[in-house]
Amino acid sequence: MTKDDVKKVVLDIIADIAPDEDLSNLKPDVRLRDQMQLDSMDFLDIVMELRKRHGIEVPEADYLQLATLDSCGEYLTPKFNALASKG
Amino acid sequence: MNLRSHYDVVIIGAGMSGLAAGIRLAHFGQRVCIFERHNAVGGLNGFYSLDGRKYDVGLHALTNFVRAGVKGTPLGKLLRQLRIERDEFALCEQRQSRICFGPQGEMSLRFTNDFPVFEAEVADRFPAEIDGFRRLVAKVRAFDDVALEAEAVSARTVVAECLRDPLLIDMIFCPIMYYGSASPGDMDFGQFVIMFKALFLEGFARPRDGVRVILRVLLEKYRESGGERRMKCGVKRIVVQNGRASGVELDSGEFITANHIISSAGSEETARLLTPPAKADAVDRTAGARLSFAETITILNREPADLGWGQDTIVFFNEGQRFHYARPSERIDVRSGVICFPNNFEYGQEGRLPEGILRVTCLADYQRWASLSEDDYRAAKALGYQAMQSSAQRFLPAPRTALADVTLATDMFTPKTVERYTGHLEGAIYGSPAKVRNGRTSVENLYLCGTDQGFLGIIGAMLSGISMANFHVLTKGG
Repeated sequence: MTKDDVKKVVLDIIADIAPDEDLSNLKPDVRLRDQMQLDSMDFLDIVMELRKRHGIEVPEADYLQLATLDSCGEYLTPKFNALASKG
Repeated sequence: MNLRSHYDVVIIGAGMSGLAAGIRLAHFGQRVCIFERHNAVGGLNGFYSLDGRKYDVGLHALTNFVRAGVKGTPLGKLLRQLRIERDEFALCEQRQSRICFGPQGEMSLRFTNDFPVFEAEVADRFPAEIDGFRRLVAKVRAFDDVALEAEAVSARTVVAECLRDPLLIDMIFCPIMYYGSASPGDMDFGQFVIMFKALFLEGFARPRDGVRVILRVLLEKYRESGGERRMKCGVKRIVVQNGRASGVELDSGEFITANHIISSAGSEETARLLTPPAKADAVDRTAGARLSFAETITILNREPADLGWGQDTIVFFNEGQRFHYARPSERIDVRSGVICFPNNFEYGQEGRLPEGILRVTCLADYQRWASLSEDDYRAAKALGYQAMQSSAQRFLPAPRTALADVTLATDMFTPKTVERYTGHLEGAIYGSPAKVRNGRTSVENLYLCGTDQGFLGIIGAMLSGISMANFHVLTKGG
């Protein structure tokens, strides 16, 4: 998977947990929290949906890596690819 | 039906909090089952049928209403967490509500779902207090009301730092206490903040068909997520071994093992289920401290507005200058109460309700109801009904037609009814005055949700279930 594919995965999750947010103009390098009303409960849900839908584990110490769409791409892409090569 | 004997999580009680916890857990792949002793869901916010009519219990109005697009409020949080779309609850807004004090309600403050209306009323009736009122509102807005480990602070003390006029202070406390205080006289400021926002800064709404619309949505989500539910299936015992709950024994004697148990039964109610008991000398220190209510329901053959009662949705009334919120020293304290007209929401295209409904709620004393014989109880209900009707009508314009001529049916419930159907001791509507915000109990894998965890109102109840499921089960990786 490319980083763009992974960002799309994250966007799909956000669209499901926060259907009332407009995601069309999100800047990839700005903290998600600063562009949308996302609280800690919502971030927990992003992490849990990653586990549920894709089997990706994000340990609590790494939550900060999910701050922006770009950082999600950087951090999660190797995880997705490692999982794909195993499968 | 293929019944399991082990679950990741067992939930006790299919009220709002148990259902919400169940939806979260099932959505994230936990094997979960809700056990409910009653044959109907809803708990303190259920409904019942009588002579072909459906009556709501509890819900006058859903508080915490905000319009679409308003973010960062409890309603939005709950919809997101449960993956419910706003439209599914089909909420219709209130018209207007009032707080009225004085023998005929001479001093009145109107409020709607637009906060400036309330602020302007305060400025008009209490010009000397408006600056203090704005300071109080600023404090409320700035307060972190979701912390699970916060220290309790007296709301009366904080409010008195902003306001001086005892009449205004009590007029603000009256709806806040009626809609969410488990303790008499004063309350925790954190709880005051939650309720002030829920009632005044946010607002009231209702699905046209009442609480069952909300319950139907919750049940559907729960079922879709794979959650199981067993009705008429009470939990008799929680079996504890080495400080951990190993499972529950049902009324039928069947044993179900579980990794986690979440109980919405109440703190003391749950402690009583423990086997062996947590303490040999277990005494309920909260006995006699719980608050309960009586409610009358009057079904009319016309809209309340057609009787000359106007457009009020909810009226909080109190005959004196000072407001007394406490367990009454008689069966019912009719000096104050709440009138609700479910007809007076903006139902728009959904259309009017088929009949007029007048509901009146007053504080009631559990012990004085519970100790009556069956015959005396029935007689006391008839007397209580009359007393509550006459008291409430002092705060409404005189009806154009004698009430008896337009009344189709009446019903009434008392603290005894509430206890019988919900299992909450002393018919406690808002639980024990002692709250356990983090939901922990003496048993490691047993947690509380619902009224005794401390988020009140139906939105609060659902958030309680969500928070406890997140905090105790989901963040631990199951």
